[in-house]
Amino acid sequence: MVSVSMTVNGKSVTREVEDRTLLVDFLRGTLGLTGTHVGCDTSQCGACVVHVDGVAVKSCTALAAQADGSMVLTIEGLANGDQLHPVQAAFREHHGLQCGYCTPGMIMAAVDMIARHGADLDEATIRHELEGNICRCTGYHNIVKAIKAAADEMAGMAQAAE
Amino acid sequence: MGVEGIGARVLRKEDKRFITGKGRYTDDIEPKDTTYAVFVRSPHAHARILSIDTAEAKAAPGVIDVLTGADLAGDRIGGLICGWMIHSKDGSPMKAGAHPAIAHEIVRHVGDQVAVVIAETRQQARDAAEMVMVDYEELPAVVDPAKAQAPGAPQIHPEAPNNLIYDWHIGDAAATDAALASAARVVRMDIVNNRLVPNPMEPRVAIGSYDAGEEHFTLWNTSQNPHVARLVLSAFVGIAPEHKLRVVAPDVGGGFGSKIFIYPEETVCLWASKKIGGRPVKWTSDRTEAFLTDCHGRDHVTRAEMAFDADNRITGFKVHTIANLGAYMSTFSSSVPTYLYATLLSGQYAIPAIYAEVEAVYTNTVPVDAYRGAGRPEATYLVERMMETAAREIGVDPVELRRKNFVKSFPHQTPVIMCYDAGDYEKTMSTALAAIDYAGFPARKAEAKARGKLRGIGFSCYIEACGIAPSQAVGSLGAGVGLWESAEVRVNPVGTIEILTGSHSHGQGHETTFAQLVHERLGVGIDNVQIVHGDTDKVQFGMGTYGSRSGAVGMSAIVKALDKVEAKVRKIAAHLMEAAETDIVVEGGEVKVAGTDKALPFATVALAAYTGHNLPAGMEPGLKEGAFYDPTNFTFPAGTYVCEVEVDPETGKVTIERFVAADDFGNIINPNIVEGQVHGGLAQGIGQALLEGVSYDMESGQLMTASYMDYCMPRADDVPSYEIFHECTPCPGNPLGMKGCGEAGAIGSPPAVINAITDAIGVRDIAMPATPARVWAAIQGAAA
Repeated sequence: MVSVSMTVNGKSVTREVEDRTLLVDFLRGTLGLTGTHVGCDTSQCGACVVHVDGVAVKSCTALAAQADGSMVLTIEGLANGDQLHPVQAAFREHHGLQCGYCTPGMIMAAVDMIARHGADLDEATIRHELEGNICRCTGYHNIVKAIKAAADEMAGMAQAAE
Repeated sequence: MGVEGIGARVLRKEDKRFITGKGRYTDDIEPKDTTYAVFVRSPHAHARILSIDTAEAKAAPGVIDVLTGADLAGDRIGGLICGWMIHSKDGSPMKAGAHPAIAHEIVRHVGDQVAVVIAETRQQARDAAEMVMVDYEELPAVVDPAKAQAPGAPQIHPEAPNNLIYDWHIGDAAATDAALASAARVVRMDIVNNRLVPNPMEPRVAIGSYDAGEEHFTLWNTSQNPHVARLVLSAFVGIAPEHKLRVVAPDVGGGFGSKIFIYPEETVCLWASKKIGGRPVKWTSDRTEAFLTDCHGRDHVTRAEMAFDADNRITGFKVHTIANLGAYMSTFSSSVPTYLYATLLSGQYAIPAIYAEVEAVYTNTVPVDAYRGAGRPEATYLVERMMETAAREIGVDPVELRRKNFVKSFPHQTPVIMCYDAGDYEKTMSTALAAIDYAGFPARKAEAKARGKLRGIGFSCYIEACGIAPSQAVGSLGAGVGLWESAEVRVNPVGTIEILTGSHSHGQGHETTFAQLVHERLGVGIDNVQIVHGDTDKVQFGMGTYGSRSGAVGMSAIVKALDKVEAKVRKIAAHLMEAAETDIVVEGGEVKVAGTDKALPFATVALAAYTGHNLPAGMEPGLKEGAFYDPTNFTFPAGTYVCEVEVDPETGKVTIERFVAADDFGNIINPNIVEGQVHGGLAQGIGQALLEGVSYDMESGQLMTASYMDYCMPRADDVPSYEIFHECTPCPGNPLGMKGCGEAGAIGSPPAVINAITDAIGVRDIAMPATPARVWAAIQGAAA
């Protein structure tokens, strides 16, 4: 057993877990944050994407112990109270989800993608960047639209704030 | 159309929970004292189980029990069933082998379950599963459906000699042979429809729980039709009678057919929960298990001959198909290559004579059943590859050949059961042609050639049968169930509404579209409408969601129940406002007397129904009505898809430059949702054409494509932005005029893609998936 401490969605947590516990199992099983999903065993599908210290990470491929001392953000912590994050709002506005299973990972990956590319995101870049996130429902069309719209909106917000 | 009514682009009600991580999927459910099941699965495609030693596993940390097929047989738990009886040409019933929930004595495919370990944690169960020692005697295996009946082939079930399940036919053999014999031209093709894995992103999960005090079971599972699961688990598997078994399918992360079926793990989790004293038993599939156990789709090997007269009209179509049903017959497997396939072989065309023979065979592979489209993609692929090839061989424009042969008047009775009720195939064709700028294609091809690229264009005019299905009709064809749907409308005293439906939403957005229907009828805001589904304790019965049936059948049931509610509302309102019942109109959330300023809020009438203080004489209090709707015919969505590709001759890589879809789904409730369904279907069809395909080792029967490392799922940069158009001929067969949109994309797109590739590189045929390696080799072959 190993003791791990981290900040998850702004709250400090410390738990004793088996050494081999994956971060996703720690989030889902130990902390009950079931918004992060598992869709494959091979780090391909991206349903499990969370942010560790501000960077998108596939939580099925990291040990909980590796996130010791880190700041972890999951889909449950993305909105500001009732105020949806612009990426969450854009997924709804553009019908970028159907069954919802890949959605948390898609949204967390998109937030990371926009943080890295900002307003430079174009359709081709979005499609290329989504290599690590599989959706079986939407055919990606509306996910791409949603991410582009959110990137534009966030760029506008950033400009307005300057 | 109001802002929330039929036809409005309403944003989905269900999205809020999904985008905030508050969806509630089966794996998110952890009842108190849950135990975890891990299955020991066969590493062999075909073997005899000589012995199973569970002693070490039983002694491992945290292990509660290890159970085998012998335990299951000892408790007289029944096997799984196929619920659709098909008779062979000679009148004999299909030959179904036994399908125990845990293999007993023989394993028949890699992944077949041979034991289950139940432990305090999933990790402990996994560790102990490694300790279960199974001694096998390996047997020869057959995985190729075309070789399953060969002399000396391994025999998979004693009930099915030569691995033949049925040898079925439909149509008029003599008339078709005569048409072929007198044809001006006959086009012949051998066509394989590649085996696919549905791959919803949520893997299957089952939680079985037994309450000894009530002698009552609960199953939470990832199901498209929880009531059918309860029916089968009660009536055939024998877990418990229906009133002692509750099945709950909460949020389900996609299905595409693969979650229709009743799977062994559900039986085992229920049975094991009782066996270990009532603690819940939870099994969660991992992705490789999903590849090894979720039913696969397609897998047809076909020879086809199409006869044309001198005027290029089709005079006959003859088809012989071998359908691979895998190692066991899954729930609806027998219907897919028969009544869901051969009945659509007329396509959009007037064909006077059709004859199809279908041989369904067992192989040592994962069971095959319905996957998005189920039989109709196979039929469409065949017909549309034949049409395109015929046009090239005859030397006519593929568009004109299709136009010449289109069915142009309705109703149209085909020679293979179906009676098309409404459509306008020329309309969807002309819409698609205008959108793609067909006239400009030669210039685009020339421009691509100047860049060293091969550009091609391909068409597909699909038709499918949805709204499954009239109960009497399917009963006469062998279905073990009726395919009606039920609904209940509960109006609360405050005027809010609950709709209980037997349909099940696993991505289709029923919580929104069904509420839009209620808004259209009663004027109640969609936020005041709750859609209840997926729980056999709440909804009395239902047949679930598949075959694009939730609109045409499920919503029709809601319409019937709403009719009854509205009738009672009018009676109450007429009484309260002292008006004639015939003058009462329900509109915009009010109940009005036509031609006057008299009106009552809908909620006031609802409250009056429940206070019962002032109702018409003899009327029962309350405002709740139910209905069962049984369709009178299938519905027939149809459309034209056009794909334009560019092929890089150096690498064989195909890029889809444009994809135009012009569909006729009849009336539609929410265009956002309909377009989303088409997008998703197109990606799956493009996946079949370019990327996806199950590969088995022909000798060992090992599944070579058992993870996302090996099975190529479409990614965002594999597919284009789609161009979607709707035309509408309302369906005359149901009250809303709906046809269904869930499967069209997957049905119509594969032939459009392959027709475009073969056009680009100038070959007659190429196998799906048309990977760069295959395309490159085909280009080399064509050049040689």
